[in-house]
Amino acid sequence: MLEIMKQRAKELLESGRVVRVLGWQRGDFPNLREPVFFTTAKQLDNLEYDRFCAANLSKYLIGTDVPTLAFLKPCDTYSLNQLVKERQINRQMTYIIGIGCEGSAKLTDMEENGTLERCLVCTKTVHAAFDELIGEDAAPREKNDRFAGVGEIEAMEIAARYTFWQDHLARCIRCNACRNICPVCHCKKCVFDNTKYDTAQRANASAFEEQMFHIIRAYHVAGRCTDCGECNRACPQAIPLHLLNRKLISDINHMFGEYQAGTDTETPGPLTNFDIEMDKEVGL
Amino acid sequence: MQITDFNPNIVAFCCNWCSYAGADLAGTSRLQYPVQVRIIKVPCSCRVDPLFILRAFQRGADGVAVCGCHPGDCHYATGNYYTRRRMALLHNMLDFMGIERDRMLLQWVSAAEGAKFAKTMTDFVENIHMLGKNTRLADWRVVNAGNNETES
Amino acid sequence: MMKIAKEHLPRLFAALAKQIDLLLPAQQAEVVNFAPFCPDAEIDLTTLKTANTPKHFFLPQVEDLYTAAVNAGQISISAADTPIKPFAIFGVRACDAAALDVLDSVYLSDPIDQFYQTRRQAGCIITLACEKPTASCFCTAFGINPTEPCGDITTWLTDDVLYWQPNTEKGDKITELVADLLQLTDESPAQDISENICLPLDKFNPDNLLALFNAPNWQDLSVACIACGACTFVCPTCQCYDITDFDTGTSITRYRCWDSCLYSDFTQMAHGNPRTTQAERFRQRFMHKLVYHPANNDQYGCVGCGRCVAACPAGLNIVKVIKKLEVAGNV
Repeated sequence: MLEIMKQRAKELLESGRVVRVLGWQRGDFPNLREPVFFTTAKQLDNLEYDRFCAANLSKYLIGTDVPTLAFLKPCDTYSLNQLVKERQINRQMTYIIGIGCEGSAKLTDMEENGTLERCLVCTKTVHAAFDELIGEDAAPREKNDRFAGVGEIEAMEIAARYTFWQDHLARCIRCNACRNICPVCHCKKCVFDNTKYDTAQRANASAFEEQMFHIIRAYHVAGRCTDCGECNRACPQAIPLHLLNRKLISDINHMFGEYQAGTDTETPGPLTNFDIEMDKEVGL
Repeated sequence: MQITDFNPNIVAFCCNWCSYAGADLAGTSRLQYPVQVRIIKVPCSCRVDPLFILRAFQRGADGVAVCGCHPGDCHYATGNYYTRRRMALLHNMLDFMGIERDRMLLQWVSAAEGAKFAKTMTDFVENIHMLGKNTRLADWRVVNAGNNETES
Repeated sequence: MMKIAKEHLPRLFAALAKQIDLLLPAQQAEVVNFAPFCPDAEIDLTTLKTANTPKHFFLPQVEDLYTAAVNAGQISISAADTPIKPFAIFGVRACDAAALDVLDSVYLSDPIDQFYQTRRQAGCIITLACEKPTASCFCTAFGINPTEPCGDITTWLTDDVLYWQPNTEKGDKITELVADLLQLTDESPAQDISENICLPLDKFNPDNLLALFNAPNWQDLSVACIACGACTFVCPTCQCYDITDFDTGTSITRYRCWDSCLYSDFTQMAHGNPRTTQAERFRQRFMHKLVYHPANNDQYGCVGCGRCVAACPAGLNIVKVIKKLEVAGNV
């Protein structure tokens, strides 16, 4: 599969259809893969694709103004669609090769430690957008319920829920990795980076700020989050951030109808839309 | 109602076109509602960013109310339809994080409903009284400086 | 040299914790962090890299400096009086112990940072030798011997014994607190990590400063950087902070908190920001660690702990920069 990917990329590059190729290459540590733009056929010999290529490359397509070929896993294409919908990616400037996925490896101190949580509960098994496809999708299909974790917390007493989040959020070092890795966090200037505001680009100064950052981070992507799981992968303190996003997704599904962000590039999101009849039914 | 010396701080975001006028009507009609309610005028209930609400809690609010036009009556036609979807999610989100959901209130009050505004606020303050001080979503730096106390 | 049987370690920790605030590497969710001693905590002495570094206890994420208030027309300023009690951190690895030297060179040189100094004097570092490097380790490249860590007390853990060697006066005092649990011994722990990692560090000498600064491939090296501060905040040597005011309503608390050179507001001044692109900010991080810091302090600003390697969501790291940086007229 990798050989076919390289070959197609070289063909498209040489034909002039694209001027650069977005993929992964081997890093300086055995299990490390880094996103990279290739511009020559020779560089493409370094293209790598395996279960360590976890990064969602659609983030790097934001603002692309030259024809770019990108290799996207099935779940990454949902982020692509969402960004096209939000006018952040000019689809005309992209050429998407959908590639099959076996689920990405979870790394603990660079050693493989099972499979990423997002892949164990993967529901986005079919590419939502592509110009061509290479390889079969073989992500693990364990049919795990992605909302199980949310349900467990909902079943707790309110005080236990509070303690649960306090314990986790206390570890937050506010490195902003969860925010910056998120494909749909694409504001030119984040509300948290306003120098007129207390929390501008620095560590949380109190437990309140920890809560506020994480509530707002999750809430600002509500209805737009494709559940790609990058925030969870990026967190150096292993805070279960996906639970916050999934709580919102689960509520949206229950109240406003099943919705998967990034399925297409047209449907209005549940929070930029309303349905008077449906909202009446759920008691709003 | 429990008798305590707890004097809750309430922030009410009121839509310029309805609830704000409703509050005004309550005043001109000489209807009493708790003095702890501080009103912030917004152009539409839809203007209320969840950050405003969290910020109010940070700076010492014990309860935050968002009041807007009745669905169908929005001055901008559809603003409050978005508001109610958003606020429903925020309510659940706070609850999910272990913060008492009743500290936040969304209520529709028209410009003609002075009595409803007064009653809504009276009931809300009473509820907040039962819940007690907001400790879970307050900022200890403000609390320690003693600035979350209502001045008498 | 002293020793204690491994099975008695819980007793040792409990005895220490009774007399001094003791921090130990403990499992928290899926990561290991230094945490205050607690009898039922899951203590982890095998994981080499705690998610938070000992830096947290000497240069906390957030630290109040002073408070200013106006009362009846009078301005009063009061210094922050955070009480700092003596404490000990057990299980500090060689890289993290060496990282404190880097912090010392900045905070304990003139003008001395009083906040840091107070914490440094209150804290006793009990290091633990490493047995085997992990995939991301490269401390040996910076001349650190992971089997002979420095610190106030050095310890070595084998399958059944913990060896204990006080190195400083502070270490002696701590040792006295638990002397009845330790036995003198002539044995010495045989540990040897023969793997020496070599990195082409020669080119990073101050004479090459301009050539490095103007290296043609900073742009390429930084293209995947998403501008988060994960590498900076997990780094045991990153030392930059920002000073800000918090308005409590009736007073101002001036405090400092960690800042990251990868953030767009870093070194923001009245005229704007001297580094306007991510490539420049990325370059700053590595130039500081590999060129500016050595030029001023005769030591690298990196200790090769490898946390940034594991933390970067985009797979970027200092090793890549060291290997790939192209310098015209490279030595």
